[in-house]
Amino acid sequence: MRSILALLGRDVGLSWAAGGSTRLALAFFALTVTLFPFGVGPGAATLAKVAPGVVWVAALLASMLSLDRMFETDFEDGSLDLLAIGPLPLPLLVLVKTVAHWVSTALPLLVLAPVLAITLQLESTAYPALLASLVIGTPALSFIGAIGAALTTGLRRAGVLLSLIVLPLYVPVLIFATGAVDAARNGFDTAPHLMFLGAVTLVAVVVGCWAAAAALRLHLE
Amino acid sequence: MGPNPTVQTQDGFEARSLACRRAGRLVFEGLDFSLAPGQLLVLTGANGSGKSSLLRLAAGLLSPAGGALLRAGVDLAKDRDSHLADLHFVGHKNALKPTLSAAANLEFWARFLGDAGNVEQGLDAMGLGGLADLPAGELSAGQQRRLGLARLFLRPATLWLLDEPTVGLDQASRTRLADAMRRHLECGGMILAATHEDLGLSGGVLELERFAPRTALEEWL
Repeated sequence: MRSILALLGRDVGLSWAAGGSTRLALAFFALTVTLFPFGVGPGAATLAKVAPGVVWVAALLASMLSLDRMFETDFEDGSLDLLAIGPLPLPLLVLVKTVAHWVSTALPLLVLAPVLAITLQLESTAYPALLASLVIGTPALSFIGAIGAALTTGLRRAGVLLSLIVLPLYVPVLIFATGAVDAARNGFDTAPHLMFLGAVTLVAVVVGCWAAAAALRLHLE
Repeated sequence: MGPNPTVQTQDGFEARSLACRRAGRLVFEGLDFSLAPGQLLVLTGANGSGKSSLLRLAAGLLSPAGGALLRAGVDLAKDRDSHLADLHFVGHKNALKPTLSAAANLEFWARFLGDAGNVEQGLDAMGLGGLADLPAGELSAGQQRRLGLARLFLRPATLWLLDEPTVGLDQASRTRLADAMRRHLECGGMILAATHEDLGLSGGVLELERFAPRTALEEWL
């Protein structure tokens, strides 16, 4: 337990510190979302219609921005070797590092998302659904991302390859998440969408931990 | 101590006709050694002769292509965890985070390994007491190496696996390291060290080139 907290604290601390990924992800998210009113035009009806998709795609890209550093920095400086032979089994290690990634990149986005939704003229009735979809859906982004990050660790130009691996796998998350927000905008029940989203996240957690651990084991060999 | 152990060491560490394959190429085969408590074994050989690979095998980071490694008579393939809980691996990378202070780097590893405290002991052992608050990235290469080696003193472990421990160290630090290694051996510890330099300690020598796989031509001759 002490090992878990130590690793979580270190990873989150490094992300928040200067040069870490948290501020980068937040700034990227804010900038991308605010670009849309300029591009689409300030009409409230149009903006509100695209708002769920825009917020979600921006959140997805912002969370992907720091994925390539997830295992890479530890791999480069030799920490990954020591983490792998430490007291935690590899899948648990992946779980802790992925939770740290979520805490340091997705959690801050949750705070910023409602503020940015205002600039997109999202209806007030859709805010609870937007937040719920982000809470339930963003862990899936981190866990699916962990598979890609582990696969591309140690490769050159890993960032581009990583996005090619990960983006198609993000599609189900995007569909159910924006579906939930759209349902709320139009006065329908959001529960079915959120339940499917929750299912996607649960599968991502289980598959992500084991698949990323297997990929890391290959890189350590 | 030597390539052909005749005495079965109960608490020791030994290899039996060990073979190692990296990237499809056989690096060495038929390698035997045995290390009893209080003994040092120095690995020598040209670059690429498999010194680091042997250390990574011993640390459980690689699996042998043939043969076995035994700790206290038990095959590592059967019981890896108790072996890992009782060893320190210092690879040729120092596993330091440049933005964290020297003390914070050690503190993380101490907590991750499950023993809080002893950070000062580690810093003092390698003569880094005055540099505790400096970011690790601002230390010189030799100081970073000393900080990497300071992990050895964070928690007691019987087996030390050292990959080129003296690289970048000045004379005073070499003496300090040699003293620490001598004390460790006197307390019944075991050290497996790959180096090109004289450590100033008495111990066995394992020339890895003797275990290089013979080519088809050599076989035919």
